[in-house]
Amino acid sequence: MNYFPEEVLEHILDFVTSNKERNAVSLVCKTWYKVERESRYRVFIGNCYATNPERLIARFPRVKSLTLKGKPHFADFNLVPHDWGGFVDPWIKTLARACPGFEELRLKRMVVSDEILELLSKSFVNFKSLVLVSCDGFSTDGLAAIAANCRYLRELDLQENEVDDRSGHWLSCFPESCTSLVSLNFACLKGEINLSVLERLVARNPNLRSLRLNRAVPVETLQKIITKAHRLVDLGTGSFIHDPKSETYQKLKNAMSKCESIRSLSGFLDVAPHCLTAVYPICPHLTSLNLSYAPGINSNELIKLIRHCRKLQRLWILDCVGDKGLGIVAATCKELEELRVFPSDPFGPGNAAVTEEGLVAISVGCHKLHSLLYFCQQMTNAALITIAKNCPNFIRFRLCILDPAKPDPDTMDPLDEGFGAIVQSCKRLRRLSISGLLSDKVFLYIGTYAEQLEMLSIAFAGESDKAMLYVLNGCKKLRKLEIRDCPFGNMALLADVGKYETMRSLWMSSCEVTLQGCKTLARLMPKLNVEIINENDLWDEIPADDDRKKVEKMYLYRTLVGPRQDAPGFVWTL
Amino acid sequence: MEMVGGEEDRRLEETELRLGLPGGRASEGETAVAVIKCGGKRGFSETVDLMLNLSTKETLMDLNDKVKRNLAKENDDPVKPPAKALVVGWPPVRSFRKNILAVQKSDVKESEMMSGGAAFVKVSMDGAPYLRKVDLKIYKGYQELSNALGNMFSSFTVGMIDFMNVCKLMDLLNGSDYVPTYEDKDGDWMLVGDVPWEMFVESCKRLRIMRGKEAIGLAPRAMEKCKNRS
Repeated sequence: MNYFPEEVLEHILDFVTSNKERNAVSLVCKTWYKVERESRYRVFIGNCYATNPERLIARFPRVKSLTLKGKPHFADFNLVPHDWGGFVDPWIKTLARACPGFEELRLKRMVVSDEILELLSKSFVNFKSLVLVSCDGFSTDGLAAIAANCRYLRELDLQENEVDDRSGHWLSCFPESCTSLVSLNFACLKGEINLSVLERLVARNPNLRSLRLNRAVPVETLQKIITKAHRLVDLGTGSFIHDPKSETYQKLKNAMSKCESIRSLSGFLDVAPHCLTAVYPICPHLTSLNLSYAPGINSNELIKLIRHCRKLQRLWILDCVGDKGLGIVAATCKELEELRVFPSDPFGPGNAAVTEEGLVAISVGCHKLHSLLYFCQQMTNAALITIAKNCPNFIRFRLCILDPAKPDPDTMDPLDEGFGAIVQSCKRLRRLSISGLLSDKVFLYIGTYAEQLEMLSIAFAGESDKAMLYVLNGCKKLRKLEIRDCPFGNMALLADVGKYETMRSLWMSSCEVTLQGCKTLARLMPKLNVEIINENDLWDEIPADDDRKKVEKMYLYRTLVGPRQDAPGFVWTL
Repeated sequence: MEMVGGEEDRRLEETELRLGLPGGRASEGETAVAVIKCGGKRGFSETVDLMLNLSTKETLMDLNDKVKRNLAKENDDPVKPPAKALVVGWPPVRSFRKNILAVQKSDVKESEMMSGGAAFVKVSMDGAPYLRKVDLKIYKGYQELSNALGNMFSSFTVGMIDFMNVCKLMDLLNGSDYVPTYEDKDGDWMLVGDVPWEMFVESCKRLRIMRGKEAIGLAPRAMEKCKNRS
């Protein structure tokens, strides 16, 4: 075929939505590359420093939706200093110049400012969707600008951001003409808001499907809102304190029983045990339930609630539920696909906790389980082997034993065999976090069996460099590797330097890697940014001596654009 | 002050202490582990805290073995295990979530205190092998509290310490004298004595009697106080 019209090709490509597949399409030939890039509207950049805004526009001039991730994952746990980087400014400024049709921005772990939010709100007439996850640097003033200026806003979704809450006035900035909202999530805001403004906003946005309130919204308002929002599928309650004998409670329960559409429930930032009965009417329809911000609800109350939730597919809960409670989950929630059990006392093992028993019970009852995040007091090899046998479908398996480097309490052995069983059995495993006492052996298992593994998190594990090598050599699809407090040094780091160009990033902190090793790596691999984070000494230049000094925190990532210009004084790119 | 071992070195500040149990092995005993404050203005402040590792012998041995293997050293001195205490960024729970739970906890405590109950707070003193608890509500003011603390910890210190005599402390700040500090509802570490007593009782979550050296950051305010007094 000598001539194949580009329009036809473009039409066909419209059906190819996955970016992975579109990347493959663009490699076929120049024509396909050209057609594909001109019709790509959604772009995902997993590391904002791997490229830059100019290259984005040059490659995909018609981009309408951009997802950007900034800080490394361990920033979630305070391991990355606050001003490390991840500024969204250059991206918005470039897009403002070049892409007036821009519609959708999703950011994770990035630094956003009020000025940039204002620029965003004024630059794109059709702007529809803003999703910010674990970001910081902005205040409610920035939100006010978005509310006021984005006439066709459909989605404002703020998840777990550190927002400077200056006043609830921002909510009033949505004009009367704003009737296009589909999703509004401000649960992470700490301050007060005008309740009647909220009620009117909900009333004039009949397409609202997702609404997550913050703590300042009391039950009385919630009840009124539910009766007005008929299409609500996802609800996040605000404060959920009420007296079961009161009229408010009755009204709430009535409103809930009329809610046919709600499938997802979260919030409960303030709740007392007796209050949960009000949601029983909607429990039978629920597919997603998040109670992980509600400490103080004991196991029995949780059990009573869960017994009503037979259709649950996703459950996020605190370890107050206990092993017994997890047994009830296993018996009741046969459709369960994702489970997260968080520690109710993150500062140390409390009385409320779960053990291997709870997880084994889940594995027996919930055969559809594929995603797990489990914080527990202890784990045994026998339990993990059983779990591996019962649930071979894990895609994400993240286990955190609260006591670092804790062995199997029954045998005092490391947990090598247990995790080995998991990686052997779960052939589709893409994400793994391991914990407890672990020798080099578990890494041999991971390298040998975890063929689909893309992300691995390791802490307080391993005995020698061999461990890290098993993983780097074995896991062909590895994209992100994050390691803390493990005895891995230069030998492991430098054994296969080419590997890092096939990965997005590597994080190593409190390991045995020295400055010399990092320098060598940086020299050998110019397409990597090897960053050293040194909080204790603010050097103006890298000291020439003392290369044998161990590096406290190293973060390296592949990049097309060389060392970043916005690194603060304590970060250096070698 | 001895350092523990190569690996520990890098993770722990010099403020790490080691204490010997009376009659214990030479380099053995409980380990008090200080936590490094991560740089950055915001985010949950990983407060410097002391917790004593009173882990069982078996765990100690296992961790010892593990750390030994890690260091690949032939060493007669058993190596200190990582304490079962606060390690920066562990457990790996998002700081947002940690903050929420901390606030909720302090809210609960606050409502308990408001209801007239006792206000028990933990008191730790740098260098002491165990902590104490005091009910702040039984004291009428700072001086009474200071006397009580002095009595409580007198067995660990040489002579009586007058915690409230901040000026005297300033003279000997590089020595072994102590500064009383407390953690407030927001998780910040404050110098005892700045706010009215009632406000202090309401906001204090725990007390720590810090060694002079570490209080340098808090000392400037104490300096001003001294200047104002004299």
